Amino acid sequence: MKKRRNYNLILGLALTCAMVGLIVMGWLWTPFDPNAMDPASRLQSPSLTHLLGTDNFGRDIFSRVLQGAGATFLIGVAVVLIGGVCGVLIGGFCGYYGGWLDDLLMRSADIITAFPSILLALVIISLIGAGKYRIIIALGVLFIPSFSRLVRGEVARCKSQEYVANARLMGAKDLRVLFVHILPNTFPVLLSSLAIGFNNAVLAEASMSYLGIGVQPPDPSLGRMLSEAQTYFFSAPWYALSAGCAIVLLILGVGLIADGLGGRRRRDRA
Amino acid sequence: MLEVKDLSITFLDDGAKAVDSISFSMAPGERLGLVGESGSGKTVTALAIAGLLDRGRVRTEGQILFQGLDILSCKESELLKIRGKDVGMVFQEPMTSLDPLMRVGPQIEESLRVHSKLTARQRKALALQVMQHVDLPDPETTYRKYPHQMSGGQRQRAMIAAAFISRPKLLICDEPTTALDVTVQAQILNLLLRINEQSDVGLLFISHDLSVVRRLCQRVAVMYKGRIVETGPAEQVFSDPQHEYTQRLVAAIPSRGKGRRQ
Amino acid sequence: MRYVLKKLALLLLTLLIISLLAFLAFQVIPGDPTTKMLGSEATPERVAALRAELGLDQPVLARYWHWLTGCFKGELGLSYSYFQPVETVLSGKIQVTAWLSGLAFLLVIVLALPVGVLLARFEGGPVDKAMTVLNQIVMSVPAFFIGILFTYLFGLVLRWFVPGGYVSWRADMGAFLRYMIFPALAVALPKAAMCVKLLRSSILQELDQDYVRTGYSRGRSRGSVLRHHVLRNAVIPTITFLAVTLADIVAGSIIIEQVFSLPGIGRLLLLSISNRDFPVVQVIVVLIASLVVIINFLADISYQYIDPRIRLDR
Repeated sequence: MKKRRNYNLILGLALTCAMVGLIVMGWLWTPFDPNAMDPASRLQSPSLTHLLGTDNFGRDIFSRVLQGAGATFLIGVAVVLIGGVCGVLIGGFCGYYGGWLDDLLMRSADIITAFPSILLALVIISLIGAGKYRIIIALGVLFIPSFSRLVRGEVARCKSQEYVANARLMGAKDLRVLFVHILPNTFPVLLSSLAIGFNNAVLAEASMSYLGIGVQPPDPSLGRMLSEAQTYFFSAPWYALSAGCAIVLLILGVGLIADGLGGRRRRDRA
Repeated sequence: MLEVKDLSITFLDDGAKAVDSISFSMAPGERLGLVGESGSGKTVTALAIAGLLDRGRVRTEGQILFQGLDILSCKESELLKIRGKDVGMVFQEPMTSLDPLMRVGPQIEESLRVHSKLTARQRKALALQVMQHVDLPDPETTYRKYPHQMSGGQRQRAMIAAAFISRPKLLICDEPTTALDVTVQAQILNLLLRINEQSDVGLLFISHDLSVVRRLCQRVAVMYKGRIVETGPAEQVFSDPQHEYTQRLVAAIPSRGKGRRQ
Repeated sequence: MRYVLKKLALLLLTLLIISLLAFLAFQVIPGDPTTKMLGSEATPERVAALRAELGLDQPVLARYWHWLTGCFKGELGLSYSYFQPVETVLSGKIQVTAWLSGLAFLLVIVLALPVGVLLARFEGGPVDKAMTVLNQIVMSVPAFFIGILFTYLFGLVLRWFVPGGYVSWRADMGAFLRYMIFPALAVALPKAAMCVKLLRSSILQELDQDYVRTGYSRGRSRGSVLRHHVLRNAVIPTITFLAVTLADIVAGSIIIEQVFSLPGIGRLLLLSISNRDFPVVQVIVVLIASLVVIINFLADISYQYIDPRIRLDR
């Protein structure tokens, strides 16, 4: 077989790196103060001074998109971290030790993952209230079941393999076997799921913030910008387009990475 | 009936030459064995004769003349007319070579559906008849079974029935018994022999197993690294092998293990 | 049949647990609904009377039992903010969401099936390459952003519909459907793109199977093998996806109703969440949850009929 280039992975990494680069730049420096209002330059179309135009308060949209994308990105990362870390721990122990607790947790995970995460997030938000950190916690907790289910399956698969038996013969303790010998082997599979999880988190956050039950003012978020922009769509379409395209590019890049990782895995196995 | 002239096949993606200018021919009703170890190019040759090579992925040279038609250069539409009608094929894996979601009966009569204008009732009658012919038990019931409900031997019988139902001139069997138990192997070989003797179908039998070929075929061609190193009447090749590779092959046959599995 | 019954029992049990969890979840929230309904100036007697009327003076499990049995009689409780029975508040709204989700689901199938098959049929060709790229992009667009773009493009520029000009199906079915097609399409597009991707790769995977070569050997062309053998086999993994998608579509409708100002249960849910009108929230949540569970049940059952191998294994 000739070696085929993994265009998905390359393209995805390039796009994501570009986005992350912009986001990091946005944390350090933005062309304008994202919150500075300037009544003199309201709803201006894109120009050299204002790359993506200005909004209804005369704020620079490029700066605001940078800031919003940064916030959305951080929320996505935080959600995936919570879900991933807890998922690896729960899934690891369940897969390694089995037993009734494993049965119970995995059955519940099956049921929970069947529900659209946005619906469950809505329920949790209606119980604990909206806000940036609450969104992170709500989504993070919601993502635990799917990650633990995945890790559990991989751990159960690895457990029966020879090198694990070997490690045990060499006198390795349970925890060592689990953390040193088994869990690292689940990472290739976990990695593309984390990427998909990140996208789901970004999507959920954007949707909820758009609905007004996610990130609350004055915290920035791309979803909230979209709901503000919708009102001025006719007079300033670039506002909504900028915010929307930022979401699309973020999701597209990470989605391509997830695809590329999945594709590479499939080829490795063959 | 079949004439292969200087056939060479090269895979485009890695440039490997799987078959290197081989020539042989088959008379109507003849049983020819193509023997060689795995990787010797015999399966590729079989697929080429059946017109099943993906033309976008290989480069071919030479000719395969089947009833005067060159399989390698004719139009795809002409291939469609031959496949299943004049050339039937039985594959190695009866497990995976049948559609898991389709009942066996319709699969057996599939080539009739494609090539003939028979009504469903006529097709079914023919299918039941041919199923009887290949010794499938209780054809009416088996007709309605799914592949996973049958044993390996039964599936291979079904495959043979499907390949044979439209009375082809040539039946290509690519290692049809390799995946089966020894006793079932012998039954399938007997079945193929019977089918050949009762009709004018030519049998191109491909195997790595010399002892099987010896039992079944009149003539043998030995393939080694993409070339045919020796041809001749089966008995002659086995009793007095000329080429060094054939000699090694013959020497490797265990004296009692007629149907040895690999 | 035993399998179906077992699944059915499990389904009922799951529904019961979900309804209990949903009920309990909204009971632990601090704050007394009577304060909101009567205002903070109400006399203790009036508060006590209202609490008795709402059944709030009884233990939690008794209230759950009362609510659950009420649900079977079509009495879903009393809305805190509308001062009306929940079933009255819900009436007419369920249909809007049902139409929206149904239309969207139909669009997903109608769009994804032919495109997925076509791409797999001409794999590697220019159409396949171009469409695969487009597909990946569409997949990445949030439904509500598509909704916003539609509002602009079809509503404001092309004037194919009036944004916000929703017409009830009771008034004019034709106008209703003409309006609904846009939100439905907005929900359906990303899902259809995902479905196309799955179907394409699933078909390509099946095309590598041995039985495909068998099909060719019997004289079938590529298209014919695709239709007669590959499609059925390739659809099996797609069914799980469609079940998940249907649930996602219902959830996605909640958001898209906001974009197109549709008076469905999604908007009601959001409104009730911000009003802390928990009897309504609870009923909607249980309603959607039940739907999800039932969809999964149906998907499980449909496997039995499509894949004969499963039918016998049980």
